[in-house]
Amino acid sequence: MISISQQTWLQPWIKLARGEQPAEQLRALTKTLLVPLAGVAVFLVLWAVAAGQINTSLGAFPGPVDVWQQGGALLEEHAAERREEDAFYERQRERNAQRQAVDPSYQPRIFPYTGSATFIDQILTSLMTVTAGFVLASLLAIPLGILIGLSRTLYRAFNPVIQLLKPVSPLAWLPLVTMVVSAVYVSQDPLVPKSFITSMVTVMLCCLWPTVINTAVGVASVDNDLNNVSRVLRLGWLTHVRTIVLPSAIPMMFAGLRTSLGIAWMVLIAAEMLAQSPGLGKFVWDQFQNGSSDSLSRIMVAVITIGAIGFLLDRLMLAVQSLVSWDKSADLR
Amino acid sequence: MSHYLDISKISIDFPTPEGPFRALDELSLRIKKGEFVSLIGHSGCGKSTVLNILAGLLQATEGGVALDGKEVNEPGPDRAVVFQNHSLLPWLTAFENVQLAVRQVFRDSMSKAEMRDWIQQNLKLVHMEHAMHKRPDELSGGMKQRVGIARALAMRPKVLLMDEPFGALDALTRAHMQDSLMEIQRDLNNTVVMITHDVDEAVLLSDRIVMMTNGPAATIGEVLNIDLPRPRNRVTLAENSDYNHFRQQVLSFLYEKQRKVVEIPREPAVDEDDAAPARGKVAGLVDRLGRRA
Repeated sequence: MISISQQTWLQPWIKLARGEQPAEQLRALTKTLLVPLAGVAVFLVLWAVAAGQINTSLGAFPGPVDVWQQGGALLEEHAAERREEDAFYERQRERNAQRQAVDPSYQPRIFPYTGSATFIDQILTSLMTVTAGFVLASLLAIPLGILIGLSRTLYRAFNPVIQLLKPVSPLAWLPLVTMVVSAVYVSQDPLVPKSFITSMVTVMLCCLWPTVINTAVGVASVDNDLNNVSRVLRLGWLTHVRTIVLPSAIPMMFAGLRTSLGIAWMVLIAAEMLAQSPGLGKFVWDQFQNGSSDSLSRIMVAVITIGAIGFLLDRLMLAVQSLVSWDKSADLR
Repeated sequence: MSHYLDISKISIDFPTPEGPFRALDELSLRIKKGEFVSLIGHSGCGKSTVLNILAGLLQATEGGVALDGKEVNEPGPDRAVVFQNHSLLPWLTAFENVQLAVRQVFRDSMSKAEMRDWIQQNLKLVHMEHAMHKRPDELSGGMKQRVGIARALAMRPKVLLMDEPFGALDALTRAHMQDSLMEIQRDLNNTVVMITHDVDEAVLLSDRIVMMTNGPAATIGEVLNIDLPRPRNRVTLAENSDYNHFRQQVLSFLYEKQRKVVEIPREPAVDEDDAAPARGKVAGLVDRLGRRA
């Protein structure tokens, strides 16, 4: 991961703690901390003022304070649900122990807890789905990108199809994917639920393209001199790809992967909403259908969570990129 | 043995929308084993094209090249190339860059330990043993070019092809590199074909200087035998009348007989700068795909 010293926003704090040029560090702090914080503060004030002006059939649009409270309430609900679950299993264990004491031949059975999914559960489901879809897409997109980047002919053959499929919205894919998954994924004892497969495949179909295209461009832009070195050395195809093509293409490839992950996350929420498959999208939809006075605040909590997770996913990709990139001095942002 | 590298009547045409462009016309040259030959001429005269044909990176439209009795029709490590801008893999250290070549050429004939010794020996030859675990971005231009030369020498090539190897270096570094090259040449006595723009460099290093006419349809104008005794020293040579006579002859060829009066109307993209078509290709790709970064 990124080492502490690389985090520019931490630098002034570290230097301040060491007592190096306090005045200089305070100025740096103002720039790196105070200005962004001021920006957030202005946003919160504007939000609060604007929210008070908007009246909906579910009451006033939630301001920052309502959203903060509902965020707390959602966490509390999650904790309560977990306590409930623990208690449920505890009761079963006690009952089984009692019955076994009376009748030693009794085979104890544990019934699974079937409580409703909390906000946190939905976040975890969404993260799992997006990871599965993104990983699957990358496994397809990177080799495909390398192939069409290396061969002009393959590129010409694939390009029209890629250009045609790239702009397709997830909502258009979804009904088709649902029907195909229903038809193909038939199992008495499914390893993962059907809805998971549907969301995953939809995510995959939508986030393939940036990685394919960027990898292809990265591969095709290998320095011609390096290609000549490879030809003079008569490197085999695999060695050529491994030692020359892949390292050259890594920056472009990661630019594609980051875009893909961003798209994957956006697509997932929409897919979950429409397909009623578990996850944050379903949470938003359920709140919308629920129509209580808290609903809008809770949706707003989900909106902010979605944004925060999207941001964290992007940072994560950046960290991975700086880990695998050979050029540690490159300015990644 | 007398005709180690035999270039016979090579011509090359590059396709352009207005029909084929003849960059080289019936160029013939015979080079002996252990000979150091420089190609000199104005920009765009096709010097690099000749070198690329010798390397096998380009195919002559007519005529052919034979090295040690075998026809040259594809690139290979027996014709090692030192490129103008070093062309080291930036993600590998100096050692690993040479290692890539050594592994490729000697994987069946050398043990791991022998390879390591051979790589170190070559880096030592170019005075780079102190920085062999540094990556190219940590090395100066001259040092990178030294590693490039070590990589080429480590292939134990039959002929060493150098494409303006010191063209991108400052004058002092260039002088150092020329002295190093002469030292290496004294020990190894390689067959070398070098492209240069630099008259002093050509006279100092070469056994023969091949002067090329201006394109299109460039060919050999004059060949000058430089029979100055070796070892040569740049300082003492400065007062040597033979040396100055040779310099004068090359200068007179370049600036009187072959003075560039008119610009060549259409420069073939592949000639001087091999990267140009690659850039065009990429730009095209980017255009069509729509870059998403």
